[in-house]
Amino acid sequence: MASIPTSIHTPLILGEKTPSVVTTDICSALERRPTLSWWIAIAISSSMLLLGLIAVGYQIMTGIGTWGLNNTVGWAFDITNFVFWVGIGHAGTLISAVLFLFRQKWRTSVNRAAEAMTIIAVMCAGIFPLIHMGRPWLAHWMAPYPNTRGPLWINFRSPLVWDFFAISTYFTISFVFWYVGMIPDLATLRDRLKAGWRKTAAGFLSLGWNGSFRTWLHYETVYLLLAGLATPLVISVHTIVSWDFATSVIPGWHTTILPPYFVAGAIFSGMSMVLTLMLIARKTMHLEDYITKQHVGAMCKILIATGGMVAMAYLTEFVTALYSNSQYEQFAFMNRALGPFSWAYWIMVSCNILSPQILWFKAARSNMLVVFMVTIFINIGMWFERFVIIVTSLHRDYLPSNWTSYSPTWIEIATLVGSFGLFLTLFLMFCRFIPVIAMAEVKGVLSHGRRK
Amino acid sequence: MAEGSRKLASDRRFLLAVFTSEDEILAATTDARDRGLTIADVYTPYAVHGLDKAMDLRPSRLPWVCFALGLAGASFKVWFEFWTSASDWPINIGGKPWNSLPAFFPVTFEVMVLFAALSTVAAFLLGRGLLPGRRAKLASPGVTDDEFALVIEETDASFCVDEVTARFRVMGATYIEERIEQESI
Repeated sequence: MASIPTSIHTPLILGEKTPSVVTTDICSALERRPTLSWWIAIAISSSMLLLGLIAVGYQIMTGIGTWGLNNTVGWAFDITNFVFWVGIGHAGTLISAVLFLFRQKWRTSVNRAAEAMTIIAVMCAGIFPLIHMGRPWLAHWMAPYPNTRGPLWINFRSPLVWDFFAISTYFTISFVFWYVGMIPDLATLRDRLKAGWRKTAAGFLSLGWNGSFRTWLHYETVYLLLAGLATPLVISVHTIVSWDFATSVIPGWHTTILPPYFVAGAIFSGMSMVLTLMLIARKTMHLEDYITKQHVGAMCKILIATGGMVAMAYLTEFVTALYSNSQYEQFAFMNRALGPFSWAYWIMVSCNILSPQILWFKAARSNMLVVFMVTIFINIGMWFERFVIIVTSLHRDYLPSNWTSYSPTWIEIATLVGSFGLFLTLFLMFCRFIPVIAMAEVKGVLSHGRRK
Repeated sequence: MAEGSRKLASDRRFLLAVFTSEDEILAATTDARDRGLTIADVYTPYAVHGLDKAMDLRPSRLPWVCFALGLAGASFKVWFEFWTSASDWPINIGGKPWNSLPAFFPVTFEVMVLFAALSTVAAFLLGRGLLPGRRAKLASPGVTDDEFALVIEETDASFCVDEVTARFRVMGATYIEERIEQESI
């Protein structure tokens, strides 16, 4: 009966929790009426979403001539937003799969929310290639199906087709991983809620889960296999996104460092967005015992590591350009740092390289306001990174007579705002209807009832 | 007479013991196995590590499903890419060869992951009878919250309920109940 909580390590979850306290803490947030701050937040986010819907509707009816693109700059805001959102998604898979394989137990407090963020971010990302097609009602032409046009098959040698397969596989696998991880918690909700539509829904979706250990044994195997599959998948997805650029012959894009550079950048930006959201959720949903300074500190260390990789990539690009002795390559990088878009370049450098350096200090890592500010800077910096890569490489190409500039129209800005609206609205809905912390996993890392 | 004896034969008797912590359920399960009792199942709110050894369970064979279907998915996709690009309607794109195996690799990889993951999950759900809308049969109402339930099947004629009950009480069981399950004939 007696359980002696051992604390050789600092406990992951504070406050001497027992499994039933975990259930109550996490579920009570769903059973309460929404707070005023939640209503205010959803009012703002759904207004942003509405603005985005209007903009997208207008540009689909009128055509993508409503964007600021021109003959020289054929990719700009849309693809920047696409790469930005796909990158955001990667941290969820990092936390749920990679850290699972590395047996990082602290991940249990944040994996549910991070995976939700992944799924929502990939939805946001998916909008941009879709509307960029110009005729989104023909989007199904991307899929290889027997058709009446020949059948004319898709070109499997094209990186854009690879991208379609990568993003759709990534979305599917992330969603399945998230759902499988949620089945035990849905069963907990089903057995706890009073009769009503939520109980019915939880009962339907929990698939008759009864906590049988024979099932748990297979469940753990499935979870491990999914983690093992999602890890190479997440690397492949951003590698393929980078190939959209690297396989073309544009100076600044056509380089072999792009895949690792993009993967590191994706994890960096995603981890920063996870922190932004978790710091807000921790405060507003009173989850300080579950998402402790230890968790925040661990995520800050990942930010320093991946930020270092990104800095290394920025430097390597310059050295490669210098060493290549190719005047186009050298010009592209000089133009990035000193040309008309140098302001964007230096925002990128100061946000992504300089701002995370403060996290080397423990005092900064344990000050939630400082960490929050740094994550906001990184979110901005990583958006600008994609903008810099895309626009500065295009706007001054091989032929000086083609040189031009680019500025977004209000339609493009409204679409970006709308994607943030979609992201925040869906995340707020997630916080209301789904346990934000994986209860069955957190219960397994408590020190309650365990001597080891 | 005949009906009564058949009914008796099909009755399955179970002993349910509910514990409140991981250590207790591990100790009780190990103890039950060591004394040769038949462990029907153990119900826990989370995956208790070491319980598979305590229950003497074999490792899951789902990795084979994952491997086989992943391989099948990848093979199918390579064949499909060759067939569409080189056989059914070959189109010259930038002078690239019909047989562009390196360029076929990324999509093949994605499809392999898709097949492997979805088939593993499907095999798991079907194998364990987890289907949408299915009603859960709970050993004890708290097993999805904070209770750990050990269910022993009374397979042996010499099974002494009182003795086992007393044993579980000492090991910390908070609730013990004998259940009889009648199988419909």
